[in-house]
Amino acid sequence: MRKRNTDGMKEEAVKILVSAKRVTDPDARIRLKSDLSGIQSEGLEFKLNPFCENAVEEAIRLRDSQGGEIVAVSIGTDDAATELRRALAMGADRAIRVAGKDDELDSDLVARVFVKVIEAEKPDLVIFGKQAVDGDSNQVAQLVAEYLGWGQACFVSHPEGSAGMTSQTPGLKIANGKAVAMREVDGGAEIVEVDLPAVVSADLRLNEPRLPTLPNIMKAKRKPLEEKTFADYGVAPTLKVKTVRYANPPERKAGIKVADVDQLLDKLTNEAKVL
Amino acid sequence: MSKILVIADHAGGQLRKGTLGVITFARQLAAKSGGSFDLAVIGQGVGAVAQAVTGYGAGKVYVIDSAELAKYTAQGYAQAVAEVARKAGATVVAACASSFGKDCMPRVAVKLAAGMASEVVGLGNGAGVTYVRPMWAGNVLGEVEITTPVHVVTVRTAEFDSAAPAGGPSPVEAVATTVSAAALKQRLLDFRPTVSARPALTEARVVIAGGRGLKSKDNFKIVYDLADALGAAVGATRAAVDAEFIENDYQIGQTGKIVAPDLYIGAGISGAIQHLAGMKNAKVIVAVNKDEEAPIFTVADYGLVGDLFKVLPELTARLKVRKG
Ligand SMILES: Cc1cc2nc3c(=O)[nH]c(=O)nc-3n(C[C@H](O)[C@H](O)[C@H](O)COP(=O)(O)OP(=O)(O)OC[C@H]3O[C@@H](n4cnc5c(N)ncnc54)[C@H](O)[C@@H]3O)c2cc1C
Ligand SMILES: Nc1ncnc2c1ncn2[C@@H]1O[C@H](COP(=O)(O)O)[C@@H](O)[C@H]1O
Repeated sequence: MRKRNTDGMKEEAVKILVSAKRVTDPDARIRLKSDLSGIQSEGLEFKLNPFCENAVEEAIRLRDSQGGEIVAVSIGTDDAATELRRALAMGADRAIRVAGKDDELDSDLVARVFVKVIEAEKPDLVIFGKQAVDGDSNQVAQLVAEYLGWGQACFVSHPEGSAGMTSQTPGLKIANGKAVAMREVDGGAEIVEVDLPAVVSADLRLNEPRLPTLPNIMKAKRKPLEEKTFADYGVAPTLKVKTVRYANPPERKAGIKVADVDQLLDKLTNEAKVL
Repeated sequence: MSKILVIADHAGGQLRKGTLGVITFARQLAAKSGGSFDLAVIGQGVGAVAQAVTGYGAGKVYVIDSAELAKYTAQGYAQAVAEVARKAGATVVAACASSFGKDCMPRVAVKLAAGMASEVVGLGNGAGVTYVRPMWAGNVLGEVEITTPVHVVTVRTAEFDSAAPAGGPSPVEAVATTVSAAALKQRLLDFRPTVSARPALTEARVVIAGGRGLKSKDNFKIVYDLADALGAAVGATRAAVDAEFIENDYQIGQTGKIVAPDLYIGAGISGAIQHLAGMKNAKVIVAVNKDEEAPIFTVADYGLVGDLFKVLPELTARLKVRKG
């Protein structure tokens, strides 16, 4: 399928591979077990990583406007099927789950598995989330791009308020065999061009992820979800980074309430001595 | 024994101050492992940056100054960083956890077959080298071990004091690069800077942050007025940025900037964990919120329950009178 848009640019159909990580509820206050061996997971809810929601949403927007296919991929336990079904209910076409456990993964192993999936699926575009909100590593997209020798556009967004940009300006365009994207960086915004196939990582302001509708949730149950293992892809489950210990961050205690601006100024000047 | 290579962060031909935090990290790691550190300055027209980092006791300051690196790309810069790292025989390659470090350093890790630790805030206490880094929006600290011979790290510079010049000048050595801009799969088309006359958010001694409670872009003026009365930087929550009250460059938090100023004043901010992740290491936290139950009060040294539209202008006026 090939379409021409109004400004005459060729917008080709795109096959998109998108990640869908299962993570702890991003708004939950995570606490360590008393023996510090890991986090307390009892009663915790799990969700689709917010940045992956942006990635899936962007994939749908691109496919719906220019045609193509979306494959959602997650590396996780059986439970990760829930997040893949959510991506399917949002609008992805099919899904692949590669069996793996979070505490036996690092960003590099995740990246090496993705490389194999990408080599098998041959997408034009791979969209990751900028970071997983559990490990907060922010590495997988960049690692995959380097392993494949591809270009990358990471932290893609549409920074409202920057010169000439409005919230209507899409942060990512695919045309003429290239991706053009706007990325949030220190000190401003970059507009970058990347040859396809390319790797992109989505920031939260890229789009507003849709909520799946009930009919689409029902439809998603019948969409294909393949189950794979590291062995299927010939990936050795070795880790380059291992978490050997957890600790609680220094606890910050609530201070006092001041009655008014006068008392605040007095405290800041004479007690805290920061003015 | 570590041989550490610190990659200087710079913009517009000027050294970014965060680099001095990475130098402090490198000194700590060198002291612990009995090693030493070098510096690398990579880009085009970076002579002044190289000069700015010669007085910190690095064994060497390696410089790649090339027209092929005139415009930043992750692919091109990763290649150049890896070239210097090999030349220096680096066992640890460290950069700021800035947008440069986050974007570029994972690619360096692949080139050097290295494991990478992101946003390092300290070293572990044990005998071996381990790195401490926040996880789950800073609710947890994880201590990680890198099992490969070469380590790549990005350093959360707000957690390290800026290094003072010490240890004498370093010899500068020019290094050639094989990077060819034309061969890269990506290009920088345009950079649109955020223009501000106020101090940089991550470097300021005082930060005034505004949240959704400000209600409009125009109302943010009262935040700017207070910032100007204190010579402070301005910050914001994601909600304020999403509502287009202010540009994304000013977002503080898990997915924005990490700040650790002497004084942080937050107004109209509820104190979501993702925001706290970016500011809870400020020395003194002041919160102004009309809701006395707002979670930000649980971390504030001084909480003022009240209407920010009254409190902030009053504070500004008082400070102006003081200054005379
Ligand atoms: C994955 C993820 C990453 C995120 N990353 C970040 C991040 O990096 N940074 C970040 O900030 N957020 C981040 N968030 C969003 C975060 O969860 C909160 O939604 C956000 O911080 C809330 O911003 P706020 O405090 O301005 O708004 P609100 O939570 O709406 O709070 C507004 C506050 O203003 C007070 N108020 C209103 N009017 C007045 C008045 N007249 N006077 C005084 N007080 C008043 C209210 O009482 C309220 O407490 C992230 C969320 C997710 C899911
Ligand atoms: N186990 C996983 N399954 C699917 N995607 C993942 C997984 N881990 C990481 N990712 C993707 O890679 C991005 C960056 O992850 P990280 O480097 O771990 O912060 C995330 O936002 C996800 O999009």
